[in-house]
Amino acid sequence: MTVNPVIKFIECVGRTITLLWHTFIAFSEELGRIMLLLFSSIKQLILPPFEVKNTLKQIIEIGIKSMPVVLITAVFTGMVLALQSYTGFKRFNAEVLVGTVVALSITRELGPVLTGLIVAGRAGAAMAAELGTMRVTEQIDALETLATNPVKYLIVPRFIAGVIMLPALTVIADFIGIIGGYFVTVNLLGANSTVYWKRTWDYLETSDIYNGLIKACFFGAAIAIISCYKGFYTQGGAEGVGKATTGAVVLSSMTILISDYFLSAWLFK
Amino acid sequence: MLELIDLHKSFGGNHVLRGASLKVEKGESMVVIGGSGSGKSVLIKHIIGTLKPDKGSVLIDGADIAALSENELYETRKRFGMLFQMAALFDSMRVWENVAFALMRHGKLKENDAKEIAIEKLRMVGLVGVENLMPSELSGGMKKRVGLARAIAHEPEILLYDEPTTGLDPIMADAINDLIIEMKQKLAVTSVAITHDMHSAYKIADRIAMLYQGRIIEIGTPDEIKNTGNAIVRQFITGSAVGPIKVEGVTA
Ligand SMILES: Nc1ncnc2c1ncn2[C@@H]1O[C@H](COP(=O)(O)OP(=O)(O)OP(=O)(O)O)[C@@H](O)[C@H]1O
Ligand SMILES: [Mg+2]
Repeated sequence: MTVNPVIKFIECVGRTITLLWHTFIAFSEELGRIMLLLFSSIKQLILPPFEVKNTLKQIIEIGIKSMPVVLITAVFTGMVLALQSYTGFKRFNAEVLVGTVVALSITRELGPVLTGLIVAGRAGAAMAAELGTMRVTEQIDALETLATNPVKYLIVPRFIAGVIMLPALTVIADFIGIIGGYFVTVNLLGANSTVYWKRTWDYLETSDIYNGLIKACFFGAAIAIISCYKGFYTQGGAEGVGKATTGAVVLSSMTILISDYFLSAWLFK
Repeated sequence: MLELIDLHKSFGGNHVLRGASLKVEKGESMVVIGGSGSGKSVLIKHIIGTLKPDKGSVLIDGADIAALSENELYETRKRFGMLFQMAALFDSMRVWENVAFALMRHGKLKENDAKEIAIEKLRMVGLVGVENLMPSELSGGMKKRVGLARAIAHEPEILLYDEPTTGLDPIMADAINDLIIEMKQKLAVTSVAITHDMHSAYKIADRIAMLYQGRIIEIGTPDEIKNTGNAIVRQFITGSAVGPIKVEGVTA
């Protein structure tokens, strides 16, 4: 018996739609649960007592320890940006604009986004793995039995550290990136130092920098809450911890890249 | 004091508790026995509220814990101490910090004072000189005892022990039995202990309850349990593979 190709096609379309629909439902559910966790974190953040010691520990964990990777990434990004725009712009004699291009790209876009992606990969993964392990070994239950709210004790400090340290790292990345660009343009390619700085300062506005930092704040919050969510609700032993960690990095990175577009469209009118 | 009424709990399709009811009087030492996987750990977690029942209620001093606000629930938990089956020590903290956790957090004790008490509690469970180690440096039985020290450190009114003596050598196990009895006599704690070890159960229990197929099928004093007419309970306490409880998949 031959199956009518039209029926087969309709069946195929139907399956695809069902699959998309289920994915959409699962995604909405997850988003809802992340929002609920965000709200209870904010509630616990406002209520005393404050977890000063844990917060400082997370600031070091997320901020200070990510510094070397962020510095290296920023300096090379600034350098390659300068190299590419210099050689590219040379074709229409616009080398003088290199300083402007580097400064604007770094402060508005690459500083916050690259820092976000690095922190998602480093600190986000660590948060999900640590909380996930604590969940599957019942340490989170143990916290509850010791009359300690795990959201307050574990998630709030990571959230605060994310929101504070991402802009802090971004400021450093901005600065180092511009220095990297300067070094390549002036020291390696032999452009004029005064022109480079003049072009940088003439066109760079403070709003470029602080709008970039607003993005960084948002990325910090997103990484922390997503990674904590993935870790906090881990199920299924060591394998579950692995899945939670991967999930945290993937979802945070996607969130950064997608929200970056919308934040940019809103902030840089 | 503690009352579990008609608890039901499922995980996916796995219907673990099917109407379990249990009442524990103030100052009483209740021991829950039952087969591996019968839901004893699940039952004990309902008492302290880390698991919520699908149906039924948990009363503490007559108050339903499901009706408590988040804050009231955490306040209530300060009256509890719990030993987890796998100890559940905080692996990012030293042994003494684990034991002193509640003291420093709720008792507002200074670090030095809390450490002193922690060392004292560790000594009570037979551990000396381990306070500065990390949990990963301990053996299974040592972890269990650190977990016990952590559970009793803040001198709670109600203690929940999930298999306090499994993984310990017989002499240490008996010392822990004595400690549990001492907690009851000196501090008048109310306790619920889970165990497979009938010797330990007879020793520490005022009453023994057996969980089978999601319900408490028998409850009585150690003597009543020893002389039970219930074939299921009899098979369990005598430890026989032959009887109404079938051991699936294990062949002689
Ligand atoms: N968090 C959970 N998620 C899913 N299933 C669970 C969970 N906790 C327990 N279960 C299931 O509930 C059942 C009872 O588990 P429980 O740990 O209470 O057994 P137990 O009586 O304590 O056994 P043992 O004597 O071996 O410790 C098991 O089938 C287990 O798979
Ligand atoms: Mg158990």
